Amino acid sequence: MDDRHTPVIKDNNKQTSDVPWWFLALILIFVWAFYIFYTRENYSDAFNFIKIGLRVTIQTSLIAYAFALMLGLLAGLGRISKNIFFNNLARLYVELIRGVPMLVLIFFIALVGVPLLVDGLNGLGAWFTTIGLDVLGEPLNAFGNKAFTMNGRAIFALSITYGAFLAEIFRAGIQSIGRGQMEAARSLGMSYGQAMRHIILPQAVRNVLPALGNDFVAMVKDSSLVSVLAVRDITQVSRLYAGSTFRFREAYVTVSVMYLTMTVVLSLLVQLMERRLRKDV
Amino acid sequence: MSKTNDIIVIKDLYKHFDEVKALNGVSLTVERGKVVVVIGPSGSGKSTMLRCINHLEVPTSGEIWIDGKQLGKNEKELNATRAEIGMVFQLFNLFPHLTALENITIAQKVVRHRSKEEAKEIAMQQLKRVGIPEKADVYPGNLSGGQQQRVAIARALSMNPKIMLFDEPTSALDPEMIKEVLDVMLDLAKEGMTMVCVSHEMGFARSAADEIIFMDEGLIVEHTTPFGLFNDPQEDRTKLFLSQILQH
Repeated sequence: MDDRHTPVIKDNNKQTSDVPWWFLALILIFVWAFYIFYTRENYSDAFNFIKIGLRVTIQTSLIAYAFALMLGLLAGLGRISKNIFFNNLARLYVELIRGVPMLVLIFFIALVGVPLLVDGLNGLGAWFTTIGLDVLGEPLNAFGNKAFTMNGRAIFALSITYGAFLAEIFRAGIQSIGRGQMEAARSLGMSYGQAMRHIILPQAVRNVLPALGNDFVAMVKDSSLVSVLAVRDITQVSRLYAGSTFRFREAYVTVSVMYLTMTVVLSLLVQLMERRLRKDV
Repeated sequence: MSKTNDIIVIKDLYKHFDEVKALNGVSLTVERGKVVVVIGPSGSGKSTMLRCINHLEVPTSGEIWIDGKQLGKNEKELNATRAEIGMVFQLFNLFPHLTALENITIAQKVVRHRSKEEAKEIAMQQLKRVGIPEKADVYPGNLSGGQQQRVAIARALSMNPKIMLFDEPTSALDPEMIKEVLDVMLDLAKEGMTMVCVSHEMGFARSAADEIIFMDEGLIVEHTTPFGLFNDPQEDRTKLFLSQILQH
């Protein structure tokens, strides 16, 4: 072969502009942070105190997300439903939730919504008692506001809030599937529900998996808002630590690094999943 | 009253989409075992009529009778009737998340409540019939257009339909793949399947059709035999259309 005719292929991998410097910097931050957690007594003290909240943060995020998924799927199906009642109910839910700041919603649901629910249950219980159905009346009357812990209310509030966001993701996913898929399924005799379940949703969910993953990452961060209900997640615990020791720097460096670790790892997993999905199609 | 031999009866069918008047009073009777080819310019309402037969489009007015039963609003009955009517689409509409085999078994399992094994056996029979049993485990994305359309036909046939509807089944295919699909359709016609095909494949019409319908502006302009159409078209609009598509 004649060398002159060999095309020069630039090896793009070797260009300095392509190196993910931000990622290296991130790793450096992690290394530095964990180094000081290990070596400095103030920081390791803060770390050991704040890590107690990790369980609540993880638990709240996971449970609330699971409920939000169910709620979001239901509301998403409602948004595309031809049934006027479900369609409008779902639309109202989404618009109401998206129009109020999440922090306010958490206060509202936990401190206004839940007491209203308790009142409602008690009222229902009283009604059951008057018509002589004590079996149903007594347990409903027994409900007090104390039956709902702040942890539970926080999860409730996050689920309802994120359900509205996920509803829009599911709706977009379902609408991204061509009309022909539904028509082919219906032409084979499937009902609307069967076509949804076996044909449309498997494709739609697959298309929105990365978006769902990103929203889980967002949920982990937004779970910090439940600290306003005095739920002892890592944010609340770090506030307590800072308040009692006046080591603000140690407290907030530690809690930031904890969130970062979780979100960076989760984001990487989402990216990995996205790449996998793209390869399969 | 309709004789029992009339498997599709369409009476005075109208379909209007807002401003567009797709069908303006179509009446048609198809006898069991007959192959009817529907031709006409685009926008003449041929696809809409086909899609009204299994109520993928709900007619604005008019009646559709399938094998002596009128299609109505009852969803359950409608689903049951649709299972008896196979449909093949221009763009195949295979389910991309399922293999060729799963495409053919899913409705059998969900709608016909057949066991996994039975559905699979029937699916393999149908895949052999359309000539691609070796593609059973391949996803639609890795099949050629002709192969996809043959899987789609196998999918429809696996439900043991009484009627097969074809909506321009070869229009989206590369020329070299048209024959493999038409061959399958020809075999089906020979076996006595009742077929309604919207198609401009004149060769297929000539060799397989019992009747030909020419539609224009939402109406049946001419209802004749292939011989009548090619040798003695009655209406001026039919003549014009034929001269346009047969020129080359």
